[in-house]
Amino acid sequence: MQATSTLDHPEAPPAVRSRSFKRAFADVREAWDHRELWGHLGWQDIKQRYRRSVIGPLWITISMGTTALALGLLYSVLFKTDVATFLPYVTVGFIVWNFIVGCVTEGTDVFIANEGLIKHLPAPITVHVMRMVWRQVLFFAHNLVVYLVVLAIFFTSLNHDYKISENGPVHPGLSWTIVLAIPGFVLLAVNAVWVSLLFGVISTRFRDIPPVVNSFINLVFFMTPIVWDAGVLQRVTGGGNNDWRMLIAELNPVYHFVEVVRAPLLGHAVDWHHWAIVGGFTVAGWFAALVILRNYRARVSYWV
Amino acid sequence: MVSIDVWNASVDFPIFDAKSRSLKKLALGKVGGKIGSEGRVPIIEALHDITLSLKDGARVGLVGHNGAGKSTLLRLLAGIYEPTRGHSRIIGKVAPVFDLGVGMDPEISGYENIMIRGLFLGMTRKEMEKRVDDIAEFTELGDYLQMPLRTYSTGMRVRLALGVVTSINPEILLLDEGIGAVDAAFMAKARDRLKDLVKRSGLLVFANHSDEFLIEFCDTAIWMDEGHVKMHGGLREVLTAYKGHDPFERISPELLARLGHTSPVLSGNGGE
Repeated sequence: MQATSTLDHPEAPPAVRSRSFKRAFADVREAWDHRELWGHLGWQDIKQRYRRSVIGPLWITISMGTTALALGLLYSVLFKTDVATFLPYVTVGFIVWNFIVGCVTEGTDVFIANEGLIKHLPAPITVHVMRMVWRQVLFFAHNLVVYLVVLAIFFTSLNHDYKISENGPVHPGLSWTIVLAIPGFVLLAVNAVWVSLLFGVISTRFRDIPPVVNSFINLVFFMTPIVWDAGVLQRVTGGGNNDWRMLIAELNPVYHFVEVVRAPLLGHAVDWHHWAIVGGFTVAGWFAALVILRNYRARVSYWV
Repeated sequence: MVSIDVWNASVDFPIFDAKSRSLKKLALGKVGGKIGSEGRVPIIEALHDITLSLKDGARVGLVGHNGAGKSTLLRLLAGIYEPTRGHSRIIGKVAPVFDLGVGMDPEISGYENIMIRGLFLGMTRKEMEKRVDDIAEFTELGDYLQMPLRTYSTGMRVRLALGVVTSINPEILLLDEGIGAVDAAFMAKARDRLKDLVKRSGLLVFANHSDEFLIEFCDTAIWMDEGHVKMHGGLREVLTAYKGHDPFERISPELLARLGHTSPVLSGNGGE
């Protein structure tokens, strides 16, 4: 009875392979073409979260402000450092960390959370990742207000050379290098996309990954120089660069990602080795994500 | 040129229970010897060896019992599921209306839902802004559009979804059953718009149990049974085989009158 359909049926397709890099690239490219969609959805998510609250998204800024204030005061007392330089340091570090942790934890969950949409509307899977990263970018923008306030208050302590910890390096102070924060943040966001693509696909298949990531991420926070200054390591090791304790920070990729955004915003010396490492991660990570996307992109709708 | 081609396509769902979805079991399984991890995952063959070729202008009704694979087939045709074996090629912009609740956020207003659904269907914001008034008028929801969607009844949601999908210009329109939740008066109105939409769209696949709908919108049909295409041919022929009687003998006089001059089915004698 299939006569009507098979008679004029074209022969097997020349090259309609679903597992190809072409399809993986197409997925990312089409997601970029859909930017109006995820742009709108990202905004919607934020408005949604604060829909019935009186001051709305201002809560994002307020909660960041109080956390940064409390942490900055507490640790400057504990470490006997100058609040005027340490509070901005903690604030910026925490803002950047918040972006990273948001992208990683929500990234592992990105396809699982969007099960309904994935199963009902045909769209490149990267769209869901872009929506999530964009939402995090908007959170980051809200938190940046805290940075601006802190900067305004402590500007006179940051606009000349200063030290954060006693034996730490001397920072040159705020200068034109502040614009480097823009490429730094763009790099960070680009990396956020591959991280959540990679971990998102793997987590959809293996549901143990999200809890594993969630429990390790706190450890990473304490390992990363955010509430403590990397200069502390130099004091502990007596400035020896070959001491294994120096590696606590250096082997932690998150440190380098934090540093490319934080250093320019605080007028720290530009250290190009952070940029090189972040660049390396960008290339290697995107390659891994594209391989995963090539092999398992089509499986995501089956797995969710 | 709009078309959907499917070659020997199968759709198999792996069913991971809570345990086999974990890494632990996979790792332990590897240690314990050569037990293929895939082999231990039960698989549901939702679709089996489907070969189809739908061209521009096709108006296909999809019939079959519950669980026969109609919805899965629609998702295969939409490109949501890529076949686990075989190939598929979809050329054209797809607008699916499957589950009416999905892609709709219960907490945001009807207006915003119209916008989001439109964007998902490939429209731009500007295009949707132009259509919003038209949709509002068609759905007759009035001030309700300012209300969050959770205050809507099922029928009102259907109105909204139909309003959006009938206001755009899809090349491939895929409709699952479930648009029957609206009242008769609205259905009459929606019918005209749907008809108009079907005329505009290049290709229609419509899963439905209602003879009237099928007769009105489709000229060919596919009968799905246990994941196979049991029969694919003219609408009258397939429906007769599926239902065991000729539905055209029982259609109501008013439907007949309405079809009158437009029906491709009656004039075409239900395909060959």
